Amino acid sequence: MKRHLLSSADLDRDDALLVLDTAAELAALTGRTVKKLPTLRGRTVVNLFFEDSTRTRISFEAAAKRLSADVINFSAKGSSVSKGESLKDTALTLEAMGADAVVIRHAASGAPHQLAHSGWIGGSVVNAGDGTHEHPTQALLDAFTMRRHLAGGKGDLEGRKVTIVGDVLHSRVARSNVLLLATLGAEVTLVAPPTLFPVGVETWPCATSYDLDSHLRDADAVMLLRVQLERMNAAFVPSVREYSRRYGLDKQRMSTMPDHAIVMHPGPMNRGMEIASDVADAPRSVIVEQVANGVSVRMAVLYLLLGGAQLGTGEPDTDDADTGVEA
Amino acid sequence: MRQSVTYLIRNAHILGGDAADLVLRDGLIAEIASPGGTAIDGASQDVVTIDATGLVALPGLVDLHTHLREPGREDAETVESGSRAAAAGGFTAVFAMANTSPVADTAGTVEQVWRLGREAGFVDVQPVGAVTMGLGGQQLAELGAMATSAASVRVFSDDGKCVHDAVIMRRALEYVKAFDGVIAQHAQEPRLTEDAQMNEGVLSGILGLRGWPAVAEEAIIARDVLLAEHVGSRLHICHVSTSGSVELIRWAKSRGINVTAEVTPHHLLLTEQLVTSYDPVFKVNPPLRSDSDVEALRAGLADGTIDAVATDHAPHTSEDKDCEWGAAAMGMIGLETAVGVVAAAMVETGLLDWAGVADRMSFRPARIGRLEGHGRPIEVGEPANLVLIDPHAARKVDREMLQSKSSNTPYAGRTLPASVVATFLRGRATLLGGAVVDS
Repeated sequence: MKRHLLSSADLDRDDALLVLDTAAELAALTGRTVKKLPTLRGRTVVNLFFEDSTRTRISFEAAAKRLSADVINFSAKGSSVSKGESLKDTALTLEAMGADAVVIRHAASGAPHQLAHSGWIGGSVVNAGDGTHEHPTQALLDAFTMRRHLAGGKGDLEGRKVTIVGDVLHSRVARSNVLLLATLGAEVTLVAPPTLFPVGVETWPCATSYDLDSHLRDADAVMLLRVQLERMNAAFVPSVREYSRRYGLDKQRMSTMPDHAIVMHPGPMNRGMEIASDVADAPRSVIVEQVANGVSVRMAVLYLLLGGAQLGTGEPDTDDADTGVEA
Repeated sequence: MRQSVTYLIRNAHILGGDAADLVLRDGLIAEIASPGGTAIDGASQDVVTIDATGLVALPGLVDLHTHLREPGREDAETVESGSRAAAAGGFTAVFAMANTSPVADTAGTVEQVWRLGREAGFVDVQPVGAVTMGLGGQQLAELGAMATSAASVRVFSDDGKCVHDAVIMRRALEYVKAFDGVIAQHAQEPRLTEDAQMNEGVLSGILGLRGWPAVAEEAIIARDVLLAEHVGSRLHICHVSTSGSVELIRWAKSRGINVTAEVTPHHLLLTEQLVTSYDPVFKVNPPLRSDSDVEALRAGLADGTIDAVATDHAPHTSEDKDCEWGAAAMGMIGLETAVGVVAAAMVETGLLDWAGVADRMSFRPARIGRLEGHGRPIEVGEPANLVLIDPHAARKVDREMLQSKSSNTPYAGRTLPASVVATFLRGRATLLGGAVVDS
């Protein structure tokens, strides 16, 4: 593993499988009555959130706490040169506090990259979503979820067909998923109206389509992306109803999917827009499980970035790690 | 002002040609002779002799596009510090853009900038007047008052903002004909570039940065060359950055439309690949483009489609650059590195010789800006505005060594192949041995 996790592109196949395997192991360990491992005792993880995201923050917080790390939540909403303390000053403050890892969510694409490469801090940086760039731990938890349902919880996703539908242009989830799923051998098709594809998407390691119906019949997983209502005002699509009719997953469309295929959504959902309520609550929907898997995957990421030792090999890198793993 | 020093410049290659000796006296080029052939006594106390063996002598460079930030952002640059940077870069005249605070949209403000330039004394600072009040794009500024002011403004621009309203643009183009003015358009269709962060292309999609599409520049250029043709006016296009823009301007010139254009040094050398670092020092407007755009800009400058190199020197404080990409200010400084960058992009590649550099960095920009006394041939009796360049003295750009008050250079750590050795403004050395000379 590299020192930082900034993009899904930072993970080669071996790295990605190591994270997923580690997450599986941690999920098994914390599935017991005692959820907490002492693995990262004495280490400090800072959740640096410049943008509201309660679900991602509490997922990272739960992950760090289950590894016994000290967690500092730093909410700096709206922080930028014009609005208050700069990213630089915030980073220097965290460095002074001795952060071992900084989990950063920021509205500006590239902010985690800058944090990692500016020399402002010495610890590891985990990208928890930056602007319209990437959200690699979301991709990891999605891959983890797909692997459980489509690949027996082991190995890669070779040949699995994944359809990702929605606002690709503004979606960090789509970018990170395309990169990671391609690394893991899955065949991804992005589906969106032409206005919501970025320029150059034809060079990405995936297929693209404007037609949802033709990419449901052979899909192993269908992932809906959140569509933000303000896109309607910027003429990306004519109306909510038209989007929903052409790109929303409703019960009728879901019925054309193979029996084994799963429905996914990174949340938060717009029920009735990109996903019908009865689809979100259908047995094949794994949306709630995605949330649970998010904690395991983020535990694995923090463990591997901060610990580095193989789980269960008896080669701990801290005094606590051996008891941690065996606990 | 003391004018007593006479300079004898020995063995300089005028426009890169044969070596010659030049005598600068009383603000003029007093003599030009083959080496050793001047009538002057080099041993005299009043004569300073400069050995220019191996150096190229060009007319003092003229920059059609600088931001000196005064009044308003004296923390980033002042007329004085920007003038020093200009002298260090080999310039004897710079046009100061109007997007100051307050905006240079009145005779009073342009005269203030002009006077500050005279007081600093390193280069002639020629103010550019705003086209519209407050750069608002709605109401014409008093262009005539600025033209007849002490600053004799001839170039008008809302640079930083596009004059996007077609009617306002038409009226401005027509109006300045009364005093032989020119509208310098910042070609950027505003709706297509809202919150744009970098060149729109494959890379912007991957980096998740909002794109600034080439069409936003090209659509305005296409409209404006047609407007200029329709009303028979003179149009200048600022910082051309795309291959499509070069094609449009080439087409317009072939039709006889009275259009001129400039390109920045950074668009001749740097590409959008640098944005992968998310380092805001590479954030600029218009944005760094692709390799093929760089090739087209170089070709356009070489064949004269693009008339001039203009720096778009845009100083910003470190607070405005040392932050996340999206929050950072756009712009890079360029006065002190222009010659080195042009040498790397145009001379070393064989696209321009030094006479060509003189044409694109002095003769033509002076003519576009209707600037008297600059961009003149190096001949006896002409004003002694000169620059001496060592074409083989590679120099590593060091942020700490810059004269500008700001340090947002994209070239820090890069080695550029040529250096400016000396600059003379009407016979006074403003730069000697690479060091700025205070008056």
